[in-house]
Amino acid sequence: MIHFVLLISRQGKVRLTKWYSPYTQKERTKVLRELSGVILTRGPKLCNFVEWRGYKVVYKRYASLYFCMCIDEEDNELEILEIIHHYVEILDRYFGSVCELDLIFNFHKAYYILDELLIAGELQESSKKTVARLIAAQDSLVEAAKEQRSSISNIIAQATK
Amino acid sequence: MALSGMRGLSVFISDVRNCQNKEQERLRVDKELGNIRTRFKNEKGLSPYEKKKYVWKMLYIYMLGYDVDFGHMEAVSLISAPKYPEKQVGYIVTSSLLNENHDFLRLAINTVRNDIIGRNETFQCLALTMVGNIGGRDFSESLAPDVQKLLISSSCRPLVRKKAALCLLRLFRKNPDVVNVDGWADRMAQLLDERDLGVLTSSMSLLVSLVSNNHEAYWSCLPKCVKTLERLARNQDIPQEYTYYGIPSPWLQVKTMRALQYFPTIEDPNTRRSLFEVLQRILMGTDVVKNVNKNNASHAVLFEALALVMHLDAEKEMMSQCVALLGKFIAVREPNIRYLGLENMTRMLLVTDVQDIIKRHQAQIITSLKDPDISIRRRALDLLYGMCDVTNAKDIVEELLQYLSTAEFAMREELSLKAAILAEKFAPDLSWYVDVILQLIDKAGDFVSDDIWFRVVQFVTNNEDLQPYAAAKARDYLDKPAIHETMVKVSAYLLGEFGHLLARRPGCSPKELFSILHEKLPTVSLSTIPILLSTYAKILMHTQPPDPELQNQIWGIFNKYESCIDAEIQQRAVEYFVLSRKGAALVDILAEMPKFPERQSALIKKAEDTEVDTAEQSAIKLRAQQQTSSALVVTDQHPANGTPPSTQLGLVKMPSMSSNVDQSLAEQGLSHENGTLSIVDPQPPSADLLGDLLAPLAIEGPPSSDVQSQQNIVSGLEDVPNAVEATAIVPVGEQTNSVQPIGNIAERFHALCLKDSGILYEDPHIQIGIKGEWRAHQGRLVLFLGNKNTSPLVSVQAIILPPSHLKMELSLVPETIPPRAQVQCPLEVMNLRPSRDVAVLDFSYKFGNNMVNVKLRLPAVLNKFLQPIPVSAEEFFPQWRSLSGPPLKLQEVVRGVRPMPLVDMANLFNSLRLMVCPGLDPNPNNLVASTTFYSESTQPMLCLVRIETDPADRTQLRMTVASGDPTLTFELKEFVKEQLVSIPTVASYAPMPAPPVPQPTTPAAAAAALTDPGAMLAGLL
Repeated sequence: MIHFVLLISRQGKVRLTKWYSPYTQKERTKVLRELSGVILTRGPKLCNFVEWRGYKVVYKRYASLYFCMCIDEEDNELEILEIIHHYVEILDRYFGSVCELDLIFNFHKAYYILDELLIAGELQESSKKTVARLIAAQDSLVEAAKEQRSSISNIIAQATK
Repeated sequence: MALSGMRGLSVFISDVRNCQNKEQERLRVDKELGNIRTRFKNEKGLSPYEKKKYVWKMLYIYMLGYDVDFGHMEAVSLISAPKYPEKQVGYIVTSSLLNENHDFLRLAINTVRNDIIGRNETFQCLALTMVGNIGGRDFSESLAPDVQKLLISSSCRPLVRKKAALCLLRLFRKNPDVVNVDGWADRMAQLLDERDLGVLTSSMSLLVSLVSNNHEAYWSCLPKCVKTLERLARNQDIPQEYTYYGIPSPWLQVKTMRALQYFPTIEDPNTRRSLFEVLQRILMGTDVVKNVNKNNASHAVLFEALALVMHLDAEKEMMSQCVALLGKFIAVREPNIRYLGLENMTRMLLVTDVQDIIKRHQAQIITSLKDPDISIRRRALDLLYGMCDVTNAKDIVEELLQYLSTAEFAMREELSLKAAILAEKFAPDLSWYVDVILQLIDKAGDFVSDDIWFRVVQFVTNNEDLQPYAAAKARDYLDKPAIHETMVKVSAYLLGEFGHLLARRPGCSPKELFSILHEKLPTVSLSTIPILLSTYAKILMHTQPPDPELQNQIWGIFNKYESCIDAEIQQRAVEYFVLSRKGAALVDILAEMPKFPERQSALIKKAEDTEVDTAEQSAIKLRAQQQTSSALVVTDQHPANGTPPSTQLGLVKMPSMSSNVDQSLAEQGLSHENGTLSIVDPQPPSADLLGDLLAPLAIEGPPSSDVQSQQNIVSGLEDVPNAVEATAIVPVGEQTNSVQPIGNIAERFHALCLKDSGILYEDPHIQIGIKGEWRAHQGRLVLFLGNKNTSPLVSVQAIILPPSHLKMELSLVPETIPPRAQVQCPLEVMNLRPSRDVAVLDFSYKFGNNMVNVKLRLPAVLNKFLQPIPVSAEEFFPQWRSLSGPPLKLQEVVRGVRPMPLVDMANLFNSLRLMVCPGLDPNPNNLVASTTFYSESTQPMLCLVRIETDPADRTQLRMTVASGDPTLTFELKEFVKEQLVSIPTVASYAPMPAPPVPQPTTPAAAAAALTDPGAMLAGLL
């Protein structure tokens, strides 16, 4: 089971956190501090796994961003490594060559997409196409609501209320 | 890519990014938080769009690492918004900001449930996702049936069902009871026929969790798993979008093989054959390719297949194939594969018959111990540790010792512990073992725990052949210029005991031993000085005939430390000084330590404990525990000097201190005798397996182990006339009865039932205060342990004996309370069910030689989980009528009530948190009260109580109690009755003839029970 997902920039800035196991605010801060210390200092040609407090953290660096997932000791590490890559590919497809700035200004999108990928710390969908379709559907729902709101009749209704 | 419409958010993010430093950022963030706070305060003017924008800002600020302690309610409230955009934001921000234990989540359960059972598919998805990600126990109980329905519904689309599967998985993890095994096993098997691979992947995760808990129920799923695996591995009819770099969903393959590992065997030969075919294909057909992702994915499958092969105990041929593969992996360049190769080889060790094949790779594994990557070095260390046996122990341990000097600090402790254990387990001869441990201390003294050197002392003490060797080695290390303090300790101990065996060697005369040890004294800490003093005393004893110069030197040192501030050092100095003037008797008094009783190695035990902690239910680990250990056992063949060792240890260690209640008179006299002599082991016997090492000396009596004569000798030394007088001086009863509680314990308890803070217990040495906070079914008690003395209270122990309906967790209680200090120990309480049983605190401490033990009832009683609630006549009467009779409504005539005016009774009820509702009952002699009861297992329960008094006879009344739960009604009725009848102050100012009380617990009986803690406990439980 994935206990949490972290996106940390090379400067140690947090870009996304998702916790599937209950951690208090204090514990979350501590985990972030500890792990960015461990992971950001690792050299480039080492393996993608770090043993940490009886858990394993699988991480991979993409440009300036580290994607980290914490799993149980006996979980399959490579499987998780490819979930990370799967997530990155979906982000890439959605944003069109994703970069860190996309994820900063559209951090909420990163959350939506992650929710289509993982639930309860387990993989939910392994088809990129399906995820892309669902996210597109969500976007259009939001758009539709916006148009509805901005339509003239709506403005009048608001004004006369 | 522009953010769709939320300009304010983009501007804020840019602002934060443009901040030059942390201080500026904080100012900008604080300003924004202030803004959001004011906007939330007058919520009326807030459009849904603005609200959405603000909670996103909150999440962003939270992600930056700032505390966001408000606005959670606004995020949660968005969940109930009617439109999709707001609802979506509400769900996602809530699940990111809050964790499953947050109170606000409970408020949202109903809305969430409505979304789940509603018709809107998109709302269903949002709700299932949030519950799947942060749903707790509350959600489990109220939502599991609905989620199950969605998962198996034929009218739901896959996008809802796959979310339902994982949501159910979460709910099952939180409370396994919500999935009813009988009905669900068949459904689960049907789910595995699913065509949609998204739903199948999610369902497979659910299955893994279910079978790990109970594989018996899910046998019917086994062949389906094998079928799924066949379908994937042969790439039959897998939609293109579900292949990943050409591999049919590697994740589903891994999950399926994981599920199969939870079934102990596969009995059906056909299924077994098809599975092995697939596995064989995976093992042989996985090649290393250029593309990293393809490589990773195929190896993820391969490693899972290896695990499954190991689990199934395949034929030897297939196993050696696996080992060969792993052997290849640990030598490749790709670090991930090297890491996993080592990890899986360690798992492989648990399979019989392959150890020898693994040993062929020993050289390669040792190379990995020098890998630049610490993750890989750790795996290599684990593997070497696991594969070590008698044949290769010497090589491996020597490698570990060599590596120790270059290893980083993070690994040294683990490394030295492992080396020590291996040396002990597989030592070809004991002198090698001593060498290894001394090298360990020399190279990594800071990382060698006391356990390790205690253990070597035990071995040497119990093996006579080893003694001269060990002493000589210890002597050699002392010549080194700078040695670790632990080395000083172990050398001092060994030379004190066995130094005289070296007397003829150069540089080993008593005088020389003394001077080289004494050189170290200025460099050591307080904990080492007592050991050195003992060694000096022993050296003195072994110098026959006495050397006056040495004697004066050592006496001088004893003299100097007689005024040392450290009590242990001072005591030893005083005693040794007196003892060493006893001339020839000294040889008997300071004889060699007796052999240690056989015991399991504390090190191995330590290692096993950590293993148990991390053990999962996986089949691989279960097998690990059955591995046999060939650890050496400390042998104890020759009782020293013909005296049974237990008697001697008994003299020094005073086992009597732990239980002074049932001591015989003679023993008390004896322990007192030792007490005045002050040769006392400060540790309680059970606290430390190796505690005997810390006892300064073995005091040996003459060969006859007659207690009386020993007493005479010992008391003779101390110039006490004789033992009989000594016992006469101290009244025998004093030790047990000296500590009397101040005040009445029962009264204090009853008072605390009615209020939240006060004193629970007090005696001349300690005061235990208590303070409670109660909220719904949870509570937090803080125990205030105050030492009233000017000396510390030691061996403090507090054990909670909770009744079955309370979950209690006491934080760590320090073993020692410093003089005049107060320590606070929080105690968390959770109420599971209604019950009148009372929790007991078993508290003990030692003051001087007295062990004091009290058992105290804790005021975590039924009424603490009540919350008074006023009810109006319109609410009361329908309720009262609907709870028509037993078992929900119970009535009883109570006699022997403590007479009191109705006003007092109303006050009593109010302080019991039963709110008296005046005016509801037209009869002025009656009283009606209402309250709500909270427990973890039930909803808050309304309870109603009616008391009808008889103005003519105030000692009796009729009581009616009603609630929605039969147990609660009964328990509450009995509880109130107890309060009305046995209030302890009754005797003090109610001069009535003792009424015939039908209660089992009359005040007198209670008082009698209180004097005997055992009886009291029995009565309570």
